[in-house]
Amino acid sequence: MVLNRKIAYVNLSTDKVVQKPIPREMRTLHLGGRGINTYLLYNHIQSKTDPLSPENVLAIGTGLLCGIPCLGSGRCDIAAKSPLTGAIGDSNIGGFFAPELRLAGFDHLVISGKAAKPVYLWINDGEITVEDASHLWGQDTFETQTMIRKDRDDEDIKSIVIGVGGENLVRFANIRTGMKNSAGRTGMGAVMGSKNLKAIAVRGTTSIEYAHPDALLDYCKEMNDMIIGTRWAKAQSKWGTMIIYSNTNTTGLIRTKNFQLNRFEEGEDLEPENIDRYSFGTSGCYACVVHCRHRYTVKDEKGEQIFGEGPEYTSLGAFGTMVNCKKMETILKANHLVNKYGIDTLETGGLIAWAMELYEKGILTDKQTDGLKLEWGDENVVYELIRKIATREGFGNILADGFKPAIAKIGKGSDYYAIHVKGMSNLHSDERPTPSFALGIATSTRGADHLRSRPAIDLYGLPEELLEEVYEGPVSSDSTSYEGKPRMIWWQERLYAVTDAIGTCKFQTVFCAVHAPKWNEYSKLIQLATGMEFSKAQLMEIGERIYTLERLFNLREGFSRKDDALPERYFKEPTPIGLPAAKGKTIDKERFEKMLDEYYALHSWDQNGVPTKEALERLGLDKEPSHTI
Amino acid sequence: MEKILFIDPEKCTGCRLCETACSLHNEKVVNPALARIHVAKWETAGLYIPVVCVQCETPICQTVCPVRAISRDEKTGAVVIDPNVCVGCRLCVLYCPFAGAQIDFKKGRVVKCDLCNGEPVCAKFCDPQALQYVKATTANMKKQRAAAQKFSELMKKLLVTP
Repeated sequence: MVLNRKIAYVNLSTDKVVQKPIPREMRTLHLGGRGINTYLLYNHIQSKTDPLSPENVLAIGTGLLCGIPCLGSGRCDIAAKSPLTGAIGDSNIGGFFAPELRLAGFDHLVISGKAAKPVYLWINDGEITVEDASHLWGQDTFETQTMIRKDRDDEDIKSIVIGVGGENLVRFANIRTGMKNSAGRTGMGAVMGSKNLKAIAVRGTTSIEYAHPDALLDYCKEMNDMIIGTRWAKAQSKWGTMIIYSNTNTTGLIRTKNFQLNRFEEGEDLEPENIDRYSFGTSGCYACVVHCRHRYTVKDEKGEQIFGEGPEYTSLGAFGTMVNCKKMETILKANHLVNKYGIDTLETGGLIAWAMELYEKGILTDKQTDGLKLEWGDENVVYELIRKIATREGFGNILADGFKPAIAKIGKGSDYYAIHVKGMSNLHSDERPTPSFALGIATSTRGADHLRSRPAIDLYGLPEELLEEVYEGPVSSDSTSYEGKPRMIWWQERLYAVTDAIGTCKFQTVFCAVHAPKWNEYSKLIQLATGMEFSKAQLMEIGERIYTLERLFNLREGFSRKDDALPERYFKEPTPIGLPAAKGKTIDKERFEKMLDEYYALHSWDQNGVPTKEALERLGLDKEPSHTI
Repeated sequence: MEKILFIDPEKCTGCRLCETACSLHNEKVVNPALARIHVAKWETAGLYIPVVCVQCETPICQTVCPVRAISRDEKTGAVVIDPNVCVGCRLCVLYCPFAGAQIDFKKGRVVKCDLCNGEPVCAKFCDPQALQYVKATTANMKKQRAAAQKFSELMKKLLVTP
């Protein structure tokens, strides 16, 4: 039975591995993936734990629906206290690792302690061992995976690994698998690095038994047809997430030169179709019909031919618009570099763009930048800074700790130019024209982020009757309005939390397409796969439980309403260009605070953002930490 | 032979829906190790090639089978193994140059693609159409068209590059 997969507790200080069943109650309350991971973090991490200490816990979890043939069901959730923000750290990774882990007999791993020397975990059909990784230490994220496969003479091994960035405890180092997939955000790679854990390699050949195999197969086909039937998924299957660029850059929703402009007027070469010059096809994660990334070849900064996958829309901003680099080729090279080193593309680009603006303003000088002239649009500066960050060399060492420590070191009003929330960089999207997006990045539990709650369909001007039906309450169809937007965020938060808990892909639910699988479809898939019955309302309550527990984690770490904030520039500097819906916009401070009040009220949190006693009782969270698993 | 399973590796995105759907349909579980089809990958080069029985006209598996467990299904054209006759000697596995026959390590016998009785689930799930179940005649022309397409792209490149 699918629910007989185990949870394994691995203490790297003692090499002790304990396997336990996952109680049914955990599934009923938290499903799996991000849901159970959040529970584990709240229960296993003491308040005020240093994220890079052996006491931090790294939780790795497959989704409840992991393995089924639809909706990119191979997502894996990786969580720990974030070394970047000090808040909850949580990042989701696609590829093929999660199904392999489930095939090997495990749904969750809880890793604590610190190994005396570099190690990797080897997981094979019910067995977990700690293996020497001295020979892998120092290798990049691609080579590490190749070497493990060679060592064990099995090309079908799936590994999640860290690169040099994670080894050097870069606070936004990621965890990677395959050529493209990254658990990119919140510095989970640094947590692995701090534990001397280079990789987790898995091979599984046990069968996953679902409750109703034939009906499940038919319904999965229906789900795949449903998602690929949307225009958004069709476009994405051709151009990847880069397709968003065409829309947002035309409108004026893209931060350019850090935060100086909201459209990249010289960014023609970054239009998604230009990927055709380098691409020879697309590539998909496990059980995915959208296949949103390209397989490309390009000459790297040393003139050598390289193969890479991607790039994401994120990288178009990180190494294009935000740093004023105009060529697609720069994006591809920089994308490959950060992937090789294992550092987050978004955070890296955000920090480099910030440094460039500080340099322009004279806040940073050649003396601090090791003589590097941080001029806008200099691609070589971008490559060099990526290297310096990953290896913590010179000025790179300052950026490698992320915004908050870098601001403390640089001083001189540099904080005003930093576009971050809770210490994590924002995407290259400019939320000044879209109050809903702005509220989303401010309230996101893991810091500035578009994957916690972004209601991307707010940009479409959909009929209000349809929006009311979807969001179960009145919502303005005007993307510049503040009306009903807290409700949108609240709804999306719960949907994404459940999506991360069942382990399907966010691009295959209501992210950019309103007619994509959501609550009722999830409910039926869970029933067919596991036999468990959840109504739409019950699933929504689980989403609320996950989000509230994340909130409790952050409150325990000292975060509060003051941290659900936006950078000052959102209120002070109007957007200079763009279409009418995007030009001359700021976020109105008063109305923003009112949105926040409304948002808290929808959650049944008080005006400081603290969940009420009644809310906790209703969600069964009043006794947490309950230490069930 | 009305229809064939037409494989176009260039369209494969490596998602492994074919493996997953195959095992769920045929074994009622998800386990790629039990699937009749497998996507062989060279990840660091971005190469994905679906490997499955090609239903040979003169099946080597049939020739080497000592107990005559292998025959052709007249309706679908698939080369099939009679599980009641198969003794699990694995000679077919040994001799097939296309790795079309697999060891079912759970039941100690040999299994292979039987085209799902004329409705191959893998092709049904393959949205990029790297796997298509098409008429044999159509398949020829598809292949020719694909070749012509490549030729025309090459010509374009030659014409613009001095």
